[in-house]
Amino acid sequence: MKFSENWLKQWVNYDQSSAAVMEQLTMLGLEVDGVEPAAGEFSGVVVAEIIACEKHPDADKLKVCVVNAGDETLQIVCGAPNARPGLKTALSKIGAVLPGNFKIKKSKLRGVESHGMLCSEVELGISQESDGIIELPVDAPVGENVAVYMNLNDQVIDVDLTPNRADCFCMRGVAREVATLNYLEINSPKIDAVDSSLTERIKVSLAAPAQCPIYGSRIIKGIDNAKITPLWMKECLRRSGIKSIHPVVDVTNYVMLELGQPMHAFDLDKIDGSIIVRMANLNEALQLLDQSEAKLTDEFLVIADENKALAVAGVIGGLDSGVNDQTQDIILESAYFDPATIMGKSRKLGVHTESALRFERGVDWDLQAVALERATALITDICGGEVAPIHVERAEEYIPKQQTIELTVEHLRKVLGFDVQTDKVTQIFNDLGFAANFDGKSWTVKSPSWRFDLAISEDLIEEVVRVVGYDQMPSHRLASTDAIRIIPEQLKQIRFIKNQLADLGYQEVINYSFVGEKQVSDLKLAQDVFALANPLNKEMAVMRTHLLPGVLNNIKSNLARQEHELALFELGKVFSKADDIKQDDVLLLAKTGQQSPEQWSQNNDKVDFFTIKGDVESLLADVPNELGFEVSAQSYLHPGRQACIKSDGQVVGYLGQVHPSICQKMKIKQEVYIAELNIDGIQQVKLPAWQSVSKFPQVRRDLAVIIKDEVTWSEVSAAVRKSLGEEATILYKLCLFDVYNGDNIEKGYKSLAMAMIFQEKNRTLEDKEVDKLVSKAVSFLTEQLNAEIRS
Amino acid sequence: MSDLQQIVSDGLAQINAASSVQALDEVRVQYLGQKGTVTMQLKQLGQLPPEVRKTAGQAINQAKGQLFTAIQEKKNTLMAAELNEKLMDEAIDVTLPGRQMGRGGVHPVSRTMQRIIDLFSQVGFDVVTGPEIEDDFHNFEALNFPAHHPARAMHDTFYFPDGHLLRTHTSPVQIRAMKTMQPPIKIIAPGKVYRSDSDQTHTPMFHQVEGLVIGEDVTFASLKGVLNQFVNAFFEDDLQIRLRPSYFPFTEPSAEVDVEWKKDDGSIDWLEVLGCGMVHPNVLRSGGIDPEKYTGFAFGLGVERFAMLRYGVQDLRNFFENDMAFLRQFQS
Repeated sequence: MKFSENWLKQWVNYDQSSAAVMEQLTMLGLEVDGVEPAAGEFSGVVVAEIIACEKHPDADKLKVCVVNAGDETLQIVCGAPNARPGLKTALSKIGAVLPGNFKIKKSKLRGVESHGMLCSEVELGISQESDGIIELPVDAPVGENVAVYMNLNDQVIDVDLTPNRADCFCMRGVAREVATLNYLEINSPKIDAVDSSLTERIKVSLAAPAQCPIYGSRIIKGIDNAKITPLWMKECLRRSGIKSIHPVVDVTNYVMLELGQPMHAFDLDKIDGSIIVRMANLNEALQLLDQSEAKLTDEFLVIADENKALAVAGVIGGLDSGVNDQTQDIILESAYFDPATIMGKSRKLGVHTESALRFERGVDWDLQAVALERATALITDICGGEVAPIHVERAEEYIPKQQTIELTVEHLRKVLGFDVQTDKVTQIFNDLGFAANFDGKSWTVKSPSWRFDLAISEDLIEEVVRVVGYDQMPSHRLASTDAIRIIPEQLKQIRFIKNQLADLGYQEVINYSFVGEKQVSDLKLAQDVFALANPLNKEMAVMRTHLLPGVLNNIKSNLARQEHELALFELGKVFSKADDIKQDDVLLLAKTGQQSPEQWSQNNDKVDFFTIKGDVESLLADVPNELGFEVSAQSYLHPGRQACIKSDGQVVGYLGQVHPSICQKMKIKQEVYIAELNIDGIQQVKLPAWQSVSKFPQVRRDLAVIIKDEVTWSEVSAAVRKSLGEEATILYKLCLFDVYNGDNIEKGYKSLAMAMIFQEKNRTLEDKEVDKLVSKAVSFLTEQLNAEIRS
Repeated sequence: MSDLQQIVSDGLAQINAASSVQALDEVRVQYLGQKGTVTMQLKQLGQLPPEVRKTAGQAINQAKGQLFTAIQEKKNTLMAAELNEKLMDEAIDVTLPGRQMGRGGVHPVSRTMQRIIDLFSQVGFDVVTGPEIEDDFHNFEALNFPAHHPARAMHDTFYFPDGHLLRTHTSPVQIRAMKTMQPPIKIIAPGKVYRSDSDQTHTPMFHQVEGLVIGEDVTFASLKGVLNQFVNAFFEDDLQIRLRPSYFPFTEPSAEVDVEWKKDDGSIDWLEVLGCGMVHPNVLRSGGIDPEKYTGFAFGLGVERFAMLRYGVQDLRNFFENDMAFLRQFQS
């Protein structure tokens, strides 16, 4: 809502500075979004009349004008198409300074002297665009300072209204707020009933009374089309961002800005029979005022005559039935439409109107007749005409009712936490126009017809505290509990997981939860995706089922920025459709490039499967059960380099190399290794439990076996333990220290070198018994796994 | 000067002159070795008359001790010098870079979120979370957004064809918490939220932290107190905050909170940082809590907003571009 500050001052004459009042508005909940001067800063511009106007001898588009500037007559060269004899306009005299510190000097244009410049609105900083010089009314006093004449020493205040404060979409509303806060009187314009000289009325049928319970109308006949809107009204409209169109339309807009009642004027000649306010028919067509063609549905309320729709109620008029230069007889409409009916309709039509903005939030339901009187007076002042009586058709049962709300002193204190003087509260209610009655314990308040946000006592409390001032409210401390709460030690908090990963060298990333559908299919990921009904674009169309697409994008974009060593993780929800919506937190680790940053002090291998596996093992070192890694078959992973991760027999995740064909598709030219883990599977950790520590020495025996490639280390180590039977407890540690296949090893075979480390808890082991254990293992490996012992 | 005195004096001179442990050892052998000059003197002691033998013996032993001590001292000196020389040969360029493992870090949004959680946890707020795909009931209806209410339009909601939606705020967690917890309730709910809006100052996904306190003595003034403390603690600065009236369907009274912010040029700006209010009785009722008995307050803050102010980030979109050069700045 934009409005002129001078206009506001006519309504409520405050002494405070503009800045102080802006601050007050913001602190009342009418947030001032911006304040702009009504015009640029200029001096030396006066009202002048063009006396004569001739074509420039040497320039097609220029005119040489003789201009009466009051105290002198000047020759001015002007390029404006609307420069013509008799026109009163704005003249910058020599020595004038226009916005932007532009000084007007005597000049010659194509050999003809110009003693000043005729100005457009743009040149005076009044508007952003104009198609000629300013056209002032014929009675504008020649020689008068234009800034004074046009009342340009003014500011335009832009207030951002919250949806509950539709009552402040007009001067009356804003003035009420300022007056309440500053204990001032409101100077409402005097609105008298206009005497009617006609008796005609048009029949109105409320065919949809719930949607339109009040429809006020009045016929005015014989208006003078040649009249123009007075400058003061044009300026008020302009400062509220509304263009002057036609005196009748301008008046309806003016009354809307002044009192808050959106109105419409129909050309009486275009109406067949009576007015019917009804729901539109399916596919009913109507050409709107903005010249667009609307196809309506039965959700739309229309103003119709006996044959056709005339206007979309509360939103926009129809082109055909509107007033124009030829119109002589009009019907003014001043109605109350149900907010829910109007809601969303302008969006559906793709037109945003001041009318819809107000009706969908609620228009004062006691204003219709007053607004008609006000508009009638203004129209007849400007255009003359014969007036018929006001006719208001009402469907009483659907008209909103005043709410009676009770607020107790006790409840006010309970919610606010401090006391407000009861006299002050009563005064606030009354100043805001709520009829309030205080009985010593509680207030009984009747909500006014212009407020749609008052229903319960808390609504009244907000009114009290916002007028008292949120800044006047004390700050209290919250009573704090002294209970010590349990922090479950066997549940690893997400923050620790993140910090641990950071310590392992991983950088956290956060990607949008939606991805492109193509990305999902490219990655051969699950197809059962949640697609948004209204995505922003096709790259953000479906909910991610996996963290991989986002992280691969991050790898790709960082590689493009010469970041070749990347270790990233993301922790977030992925979404899938099962019987129910599944939205679970998962963790993805990804590593690519060298294992560590390039440096002088160590050889650097490329990241491989075992790099990421080591990180997973570190991360999961505290899970309660031993981890298992088994061959898996995820489509997006390298078929020979992937495993599922098991804890207590449950799959908690997968790790492996991203399928090279995926990397190729994404033009990622290096191997990428990932591990994905269900958060639930890794948050459960063990509570440390003490075990006795052996004080006796360890005995080490190294063993190398040659074995077929297909035999896994997991099988070999299990076999070693199994071979020892009950004595396996003595095998303190089995450590694989070399895997070799190359010279001296037959193709298809590998050599595994391991250290068997034995230790007993309560005695020193003898060489003999250790040798016996080793030979048990050797024979078992030889017999069961066809291993050959390497000497 | 007797022979012995001469020997000692020569010996001391030679000891002093020895330039290495090895040379010193040769001196030791020369004097104190099996055939050394002093040793020979001792061996010849028997040939002296018994009456002088004792005094002569004492003198020789004293000389021997004198030389021995001198050798030990000199040896210590020489060894220290040799060790020092050896160590100096081992000197390295200490300015060469240390052996590095790759460094990682948490995302600035996580870092900020954690800081917020830590601050509220101190005074007994529990952390709860909720789903991101929500239903209309939890995101709007239970929060007192009537159907077709303009406040809904302000939320730029992402919908799914089946009517589900991506939560537009963390406030649905209020309802979920009220339904499962008994007052007094004191929670914060951090998480992702979504709005279909994307430009320089809006991303379609961002993070909020919701706060909810319900009890028998929870007031608007205590809400102001909590937020005042929080803002001062978060920024480690005694910043002024300003509550001003606003509108949210789920709170009444409602407020926006501005922080007084010193700009680089020294001027002061009020920056909007969060929304809050007293929980609307309809919302308490939706959560199964008796509004006659209990009052509550709630607040919601944008994590990215706080991160930008705290760390001076200029462009919101940086947070989701995941450029290492940006992310590395927040590694700790």
